[in-house]
Amino acid sequence: MPLHFELVTPEKLVRSEDVYMVTVPGTEGDFGVLEGHAPLVSTLRDGELLVFATQSGQPATIRVEGGFAEVNERGLTVLAERAEA
Amino acid sequence: MASLKALKLRIGSVKSTQKITKAMKTVAAAKLRRAQDAALAGRPYAERLEAVMASLASKVVISASSPKLLTGTGKDERHLLVVVTSERGLAGGFNTNIVRAARRRADELIAAGKSVRFYIVGRKARSAINRYYPKLTLHDHDMSHAKTARFEDAHAIAEDLIARYEDDRFDVAHLFFSRFQSALVQEPTEKQLIPVPLAKDAAQAGGAAAVDYEPDEEAILADLLPKNVAIQIYGALLENQAGFYGSQMTAMDNATRNAGDMINRLSIAYNRQRQAAITTELVEIISGAEAL
Repeated sequence: MPLHFELVTPEKLVRSEDVYMVTVPGTEGDFGVLEGHAPLVSTLRDGELLVFATQSGQPATIRVEGGFAEVNERGLTVLAERAEA
Repeated sequence: MASLKALKLRIGSVKSTQKITKAMKTVAAAKLRRAQDAALAGRPYAERLEAVMASLASKVVISASSPKLLTGTGKDERHLLVVVTSERGLAGGFNTNIVRAARRRADELIAAGKSVRFYIVGRKARSAINRYYPKLTLHDHDMSHAKTARFEDAHAIAEDLIARYEDDRFDVAHLFFSRFQSALVQEPTEKQLIPVPLAKDAAQAGGAAAVDYEPDEEAILADLLPKNVAIQIYGALLENQAGFYGSQMTAMDNATRNAGDMINRLSIAYNRQRQAAITTELVEIISGAEAL
């Protein structure tokens, strides 16, 4: 089962796609989110999101600054103030 | 009947007006495209943030220590209407519609015995609100320096509002702006800004799932709540800007068409008169020649 991942900045919707796993730079440490993750809200520190499209593939990195991440039953939403691929 | 010369002058002046309105329409159309892209691109963030806020607000256990931005002051007496309009006019009913929506709300609140104050953003609201409700303006945010909607402005307005709220100057804040639907349709919209409106299905959503908070609930809320206010205002600025250019484009298109009609009518009158003058002259010459 894929994880639905969305990355949004005030300017635009950067990503909206189904992926295998995303590693998020939380304020209290990085955490990986797979499908079915327990509900979570965390603030972000400036750092890199690692997006694993498939289980074996190389991750894509996206630099994000400020904001927060929410995991709910629908998937992972990262609301960042700035994001660059 | 105006003289030939007067008609000619009139046609010339309408023509130059038409040139101006046509140029304004072209400029508005070009700016509309950009403003529209910005408004549409900004929507997902505002919507998601609002959804997250609402679900957070419904899950958080309200206690005495909860932030006031979330729980409200516990009263419903002093209302602040934040009215966002454009800096410039010549855009049809754009600003009038926003002000009308705000006035309707203000009259309702006043009739219900609440106290109402205004927080004005944009030059066009200033004169209208001051005319209808003199001395009720709490603050007037000058946006004349800004050519485009910027997040810094939204941020400054949000900070100012929150400072006033913490200072216990009002209980509820409503935001009035125009939601952009298309170049032809802009819908005056009201949104509750402070305190954060709860999700409609809050009763069901509450307690369904325990949410983990990192670092903790209060730190996140303290970070999120002001951000949410700023983003909502930024969204309003973006929507307004797109709506303004859309409205201006339509208004200027109408004006150009009206000027065209007017030029046609005036030209017909002018030609008739010219023809009449020539005929009279001919009759005079012929009858003069016959008399010889």
